[in-house]
Amino acid sequence: MMSALLQQPGYEEERLQTVSKKLPCREVQAGMLLSLMGQPHQYSYPSIFIYGHQSSGKSHVLNVLLKELQLPHATVSCVECVSVALLFEQVLLSFFGCDAASLLPRSPSLSDFVRIYRQQSSQSPAKQTRYIVMEKAELLRDSAANLLPALLRLQELVEDNVTVILLSEIVWDRFRPNTGCFEPLLLHFPDYSKGELQHILAQDRNPSYSDEFYSAYINILLGVFYSVCRDLRELRHLAALNFSKFCEPLAEGKVKETDTHKLWRNIEPHLKKAMQTVYLREVSSLQWEQMQQMEEKENGAVKGLSAHTHVELPYYSKFLLIAAYLASFNPARTDKRFFVKHHGKIKKTNFLKKNEKTSNHLLGPKPFPLDRLLAIFYSVVDSRVAPTASIFSQISSLVTLQLLTQVSHGDQIDAPKYKCAVSMDFICAISRTVNFEIIKYLYDFL
Amino acid sequence: MSTSSVSKGCFVFKPSAKKKKTLSLEDHFIHGCEGADESKTRFKLCQDLWDQIKTDTELLQDELNTKILDSLLDFTRKCSSTRQHSDWASHMRASEIPTAALVLGVNVPDHDMTFQSLSELLRQSVTPHVASVQAKECGALKHLIKRVLERLMGTDVTVDDDEEEETEQTSAPLHKSVHCSLSTLCDWYTRNTKKSYSLTPGKKRSSPVKDNLQQPPIVIIFKDLEAFNARVLQDFILICSRYIERLPLMFIFGIATSPSTIQHMLPHSVSSLLCIELFQSLSCTQHLATVIDKLILTTHFPFKLNGKVMQVLISIFLYHDFSVRNFIKGVQLALLEHFHSQPLSVLCCRKKEALLNVMQLGHRDLERIRQLPSFKRYVEKQEPQEQEHLLTDDTHLKEVCRRLIKDLRKYHKHYYPTLRCLHTLTSSLPRYPLGKQIRELHLICLEKNVWENEEYQSAMKLLKMLAKDELISLLKKCAEILQHSKNMKSALLQLEAMLAKFKQLDTVVAEPPPPAEESITSPVKNLQKKTDLFQLQKALLEMNESRRSKKLSPFEVLRNETLQFVDSLVQSHLSPPESQTLYEVCYYSSSATVRRHLNAAPRTSIQAALNSPFYYLQNDRLKSEDGSVSNAAPDICIVYKLHLECGRLINLFDWLEAFATVVSAAEGNDPDSDSFGKVDDVKHARFIRAVSELEFLGFIKSTKQKTDHVARITWGGC
Repeated sequence: MMSALLQQPGYEEERLQTVSKKLPCREVQAGMLLSLMGQPHQYSYPSIFIYGHQSSGKSHVLNVLLKELQLPHATVSCVECVSVALLFEQVLLSFFGCDAASLLPRSPSLSDFVRIYRQQSSQSPAKQTRYIVMEKAELLRDSAANLLPALLRLQELVEDNVTVILLSEIVWDRFRPNTGCFEPLLLHFPDYSKGELQHILAQDRNPSYSDEFYSAYINILLGVFYSVCRDLRELRHLAALNFSKFCEPLAEGKVKETDTHKLWRNIEPHLKKAMQTVYLREVSSLQWEQMQQMEEKENGAVKGLSAHTHVELPYYSKFLLIAAYLASFNPARTDKRFFVKHHGKIKKTNFLKKNEKTSNHLLGPKPFPLDRLLAIFYSVVDSRVAPTASIFSQISSLVTLQLLTQVSHGDQIDAPKYKCAVSMDFICAISRTVNFEIIKYLYDFL
Repeated sequence: MSTSSVSKGCFVFKPSAKKKKTLSLEDHFIHGCEGADESKTRFKLCQDLWDQIKTDTELLQDELNTKILDSLLDFTRKCSSTRQHSDWASHMRASEIPTAALVLGVNVPDHDMTFQSLSELLRQSVTPHVASVQAKECGALKHLIKRVLERLMGTDVTVDDDEEEETEQTSAPLHKSVHCSLSTLCDWYTRNTKKSYSLTPGKKRSSPVKDNLQQPPIVIIFKDLEAFNARVLQDFILICSRYIERLPLMFIFGIATSPSTIQHMLPHSVSSLLCIELFQSLSCTQHLATVIDKLILTTHFPFKLNGKVMQVLISIFLYHDFSVRNFIKGVQLALLEHFHSQPLSVLCCRKKEALLNVMQLGHRDLERIRQLPSFKRYVEKQEPQEQEHLLTDDTHLKEVCRRLIKDLRKYHKHYYPTLRCLHTLTSSLPRYPLGKQIRELHLICLEKNVWENEEYQSAMKLLKMLAKDELISLLKKCAEILQHSKNMKSALLQLEAMLAKFKQLDTVVAEPPPPAEESITSPVKNLQKKTDLFQLQKALLEMNESRRSKKLSPFEVLRNETLQFVDSLVQSHLSPPESQTLYEVCYYSSSATVRRHLNAAPRTSIQAALNSPFYYLQNDRLKSEDGSVSNAAPDICIVYKLHLECGRLINLFDWLEAFATVVSAAEGNDPDSDSFGKVDDVKHARFIRAVSELEFLGFIKSTKQKTDHVARITWGGC
């Protein structure tokens, strides 16, 4: 059945065989593509849009197909094309060589590209369909408005046998420009199922162990990780990182290769730990490997990235940050209650408005003007502070450190607005170091 | 300047090189300098001293950074070597970009130096391909790529585009020949490595390490990770990971806050492309402690800061910026100011030079010495005949000065070792009565007689309760400190004798226990039998009594003796510098100047100018008591004063009327006449100008809440 799918007149049988071997579990999609492409000399559909999640084999299938069948193609990653010039250049370069690419003027427009393409293709007309593959096509939406519609009907524009294939993780509905455009053919690549993942991963076994042994390992690995990660690349990485640990009891001669249960008991806690650390990149792969080698002796010696949250700040920066936090999470009306000495007794219920019943902490930080920040700062800081330039420069360095965010535009000099961007835990830790009881000043905790 | 041209136009006159040269640093220094005669020597002294301080601190910083830099270098080497493995696991592993997360702390100004030495070291020992980028030059992805390419491939490739790019920012930035993409870099790299690989056998000398590595890594340093646009960084990493097979890339992230920012900035799909390892640098407070230790608490440099200046510099560090570089800049400022404003600073140099310079002092300088408060105090203590001698005889004064200078140096030579000893003794006491850091103790000592301090007394009390082994280890440390100074020989001998006595105690104590112990133990034994409260209280009181009356054990006697010795050391050597004669020569004391220069308060000075224009204009007519502004003050001051009386919204017309009244009074118009306080065109114009000046200074702004009104931006009234 497999070979039946990948049959298309005009291509060598042998090559089709190798293609189908290289594309396990993607035969249906490959066959579909192949039938869309037709025979090499035939005109193909002008544009094809392929979507599917990360590492569902989109680029891989296309690369294998185009390379193995030796079709003329240009593969462009849209992330890399910081300007359209690069895109045009890469296409021309791979179809017509560097001479053509050098014909492009500085900062070329789309029509420059079309003109040069036509000129070149008239000299060397396509004998086979030419393919332009655009990876991460969703970034095309951010470039010039005419680019995407033009690419979709490039065949018409350049009057050449060319097909544009767009690859994306996003559905087509999100692309359609509001001016309308040529509708490409849509092709969905579904996620690999667990069985398919098992099948693919089991293929790259370690040469020094048997097929069954490795397959059993992959089975255990998927049992742990399948619920959180279906990314083939990541799974393969994890498989490589943990395999040595899996083989350990074997090397020590404690267990036989077939004793799956014992092997599972040995590796399972280890994999669980890997899920919390190396998978999240809390610990780097290199450190993970070192940890495996050292083992038990000083386990837990390597702390994850997020374990380091402590930040040392100058004294006044701490208070500025505290003031910013208070300004962000307290309603402005309540400032009087907290910061004026003889405010009288105002109960919370008295000035509780309906919409304020929900916790401010659930709603997130609110923007506040600079004036309010400074007013609160001067009332929380215990000594008299002169309004020196360095106080103000500390505010802007807090912004660059991303502890505060500037809400208003950077150009607005008078009355800038900020938001506090630190968590409750963080600010509590900071205020503890300066003996400031921040909970007492927070409206939510009154 | 003139031209021979008849036509109108713009002419560019480039300043001639000659004119620029005339104002050298020295001229700037001498200009407006107190006591111009020796200003040249003072300038030279100042320059030499600063050069020395600078090289010393740079060395120090390099030393401090070596540890972290070494581990970073190891990391880069390890990464580039693991890349070349070809076993199964490394083949299977997704190739991640090795990334060093370098946590440097919030003192961003200091980072530059670290990065500089880091990239130098990398170039020397690991790879020639190092590029460092800053966030502010990489607003968009293409700029980032461009900067990286420029710095790796050498600027000569892209120099001509640079100028063009200024004009065509929006369009495609790079020239045909140099595509702004990583594939260009890839080609360049393969070309380069091939070339150097074929060349290296010929010239072994160039770099032995590079020979082992056929593929030196490309290191990209992101100096300030937090400031980068997250989107730009993500895209850049995505692109780089596409080339990682062909390009041995490596990142170094400079992080100011905490490593978790990486996770805030990069989503999992991007951070999974990196192999991040963490490197923590020395905290800035430790850094400062070392700098103070090597720069301030030493007799190497004759120049000293007095307590207040020290306090200002340290509080700027602790309260404002945590920047060691700024601290050193502050020291530099103080140094310059001292040599610039104090004519007697010619004596602030090495001993030999100082003694020489004393002999060359002119009469005016000697008069200046006689005017010094510390010298006056010294004179008062002398015999009347000697007093007269000192005040009249110049040669005698010079002799005395030589002696005094020597005394001052001796004072310093005693001061620092004693300070260190006291610090080692007190720094581990509970609740740190004399401070945790030596700088705190130093500040206390600079301020006044430390032994009169309450904290000192309590520290001494705590020391009297120290256990034997603790005390001995502390004393040993003190002895070590004293060994380093030549002038403290006798103290060292005494201390060593005491240590020997402590050792002797060991052998003695082993023999029969003193009878005192028995009296203590008996009530304790009784305690265990009886349980009711009254008995317990009685027993405890008894114990207390017995302890008080208890005879001191030989150890306690010796301990008291030792502490008395320490106390005497402190009393004789740790007196504040103000008590020393001629201290003004070495000590810079104008804390207000330092504060004004380093921690400027622009708003306060604007308000001072507006409130009392006399302060800046020095015009007698503007002088006024009771804080009111005279009506002859500049318009803006009047307008400002009037605006202080208003609420948040100010009616412009009322404001104008009030202004016209005040100004009319200033013009001396008759208050009863019709025209008094009338608004004419000139007054109107003056008013508008003053108001717009206020707006420019940020005191008011236009508002849409009410017509004809402006809003106040500052709070507080008159």
